[in-house]
Amino acid sequence: MHMADALLSPTVGATMWLASGAALAVGARRVRVAGDDRLVPLMGVLGAFVFAAQMINFAIPATGSSGHLGGGLLLSILLGPHAALIVIASVLTVQALFFADGGLLALGANIFNLGVLPCFVAYPLLYRPIAGDGASPSRVAVGAVVAAVVGLQLGALGVVLQTVASGVSSLPFSTFLLLMLPIHLAIGLVEGLATVAIVLFIRRARPDLLAPGGTPSSRATLQPLLAALGVAAVVTGGALSWFASTQPDGLEWSIERAAGSAELAAPEAGVHGMLARVQQALSFLPDYSLPKAAHAAEAETNEEPAWPDIDGGTSLAGVVGGAVTLALVWGLALLLKRWRR
Amino acid sequence: MSRIDAALRDLRSLDALAVRDTPLTRLDARAKVVITLAFIVVVVSFDRYAVAALLPLAAYPVVLAVLGDVPAAPLVRKLLLAAPFAVLVGMFNPLLDRTPMLAFGEATVAGGWVSFASILVRFALTVGASLVLVAGTGMHALCAALAQLGVPQVLTAQLLFLFRYAFVLGAEAARMATARELRSGGRALALSAYGPLAGHLLLRAFERAQRVHLAMVARGFDGELRTLRAQRWSSGDTAFVLGWCAFFVLARAVDLPQALGRLLLGVSP
Repeated sequence: MHMADALLSPTVGATMWLASGAALAVGARRVRVAGDDRLVPLMGVLGAFVFAAQMINFAIPATGSSGHLGGGLLLSILLGPHAALIVIASVLTVQALFFADGGLLALGANIFNLGVLPCFVAYPLLYRPIAGDGASPSRVAVGAVVAAVVGLQLGALGVVLQTVASGVSSLPFSTFLLLMLPIHLAIGLVEGLATVAIVLFIRRARPDLLAPGGTPSSRATLQPLLAALGVAAVVTGGALSWFASTQPDGLEWSIERAAGSAELAAPEAGVHGMLARVQQALSFLPDYSLPKAAHAAEAETNEEPAWPDIDGGTSLAGVVGGAVTLALVWGLALLLKRWRR
Repeated sequence: MSRIDAALRDLRSLDALAVRDTPLTRLDARAKVVITLAFIVVVVSFDRYAVAALLPLAAYPVVLAVLGDVPAAPLVRKLLLAAPFAVLVGMFNPLLDRTPMLAFGEATVAGGWVSFASILVRFALTVGASLVLVAGTGMHALCAALAQLGVPQVLTAQLLFLFRYAFVLGAEAARMATARELRSGGRALALSAYGPLAGHLLLRAFERAQRVHLAMVARGFDGELRTLRAQRWSSGDTAFVLGWCAFFVLARAVDLPQALGRLLLGVSP
């Protein structure tokens, strides 16, 4: 479920970072404004709880598999959505840094999928209306399961959209969606059950912890979600529309491939565009890493049969050069190691 | 050993590497954070079919790991453990994209295999770089650097607290899990028992938070966490950042392995 750096394009990664960053900034301000100094250690310790509890697996009845807690929804119920988002973000950060779950660029996307969506969509729009004031255990249970399932479905949809928009994977949108949603339907149900089990236990053992007003900053607002979506929309509408024409991302890429390349004629802007321009200016062998552009150019000059258009010399040079490069890096490491001693 | 113990040991061992005095740990944490982010952006900005062109960038994590004396085995183990999602998604590329891309005499390689290889290389590079960042910096210096770079204190304090109490609550969770396993006769944990087990852990977490808060207030806590800032930006840090940036720009702009291969094989452009 954790999005990975390897599947992201810089544009999508940066957009998701800006969106999550906006939501986190609003969340952080709300927590600070709440001004409750009990909250600092409480959030830290509950983050550690989620971290530890995610590793306690329980058996799923009638199947051989096991499940564990997700965390976003439970934290929202205990702490309110603003503090919950910050706690989830910290858990995801430690997982990215120490366990290589996702990655640093993908962290923005992961905070959005697993933090912003459950805390600011599933919790206020589903759990709160269904569970009401928490007086009825069955309503709490139904609310938690529904919110967990819908929250995780949205998260899975987020992963699919981010992957397809990045265009590193060849999976088409519909196929990937059909793979992801059923799997995450099952995972969401299990997460919902785990959340219900804990909430109902706390409700019996320490009802004061769940009472309205008993938890700090429990009032739900849509502000962080709107901030995140607003930033994402502005970035997507502004920067991404430029990028889309220079960088054959996802759908764009397949359209271009079907219709022939229009890549070189398109306007270029931003970091990626600049990097690509620098590469074009300096590259004396542009046909290796930009096969489509070269293909278009060659098709114009040679009027050869357009496809497949591959060059044995380029392939072999790439493999030999790559192997020699790796050997050089290895040699550099050995030299450095010797020098350090 | 339980899963929780193993995870805690991983957490501790990676952080402990940064305590030692190496050329890598002596660098300012801000320099390492900034250059690691730049590295990741450069890696993912390559064309989706770039494989050989990405390889010179392997110099960055490898050189840093050597400078920081970071052992390779745990890094590789973590890489393999984290790989499934990227590998699973990438595995569809060879099935979906069958356009020939490389040719070796008569044999051709489909574009899907090339882009799959690219995903694997990207994965190894980005994950390797972030693991080396942690191993060469440590959680405390990393959080201090993030705060200095302008990340809100609510977030950096949260990271530090989480990291501190992950060990405490993790050890408690591991003890509870072991106690249950010893009494369960090998049965898996049922959902009906999971609620009370995790719930009790949560109650202990609440109580601990209350005690921690009292202890902090007794020591003058007023809502702000104050940290010592030992690290100073030096000219060495500037050279480190500029040097690697220049290398990244070169590697991004020029396909070094391709040029090298052509040179060695004598293929004309």
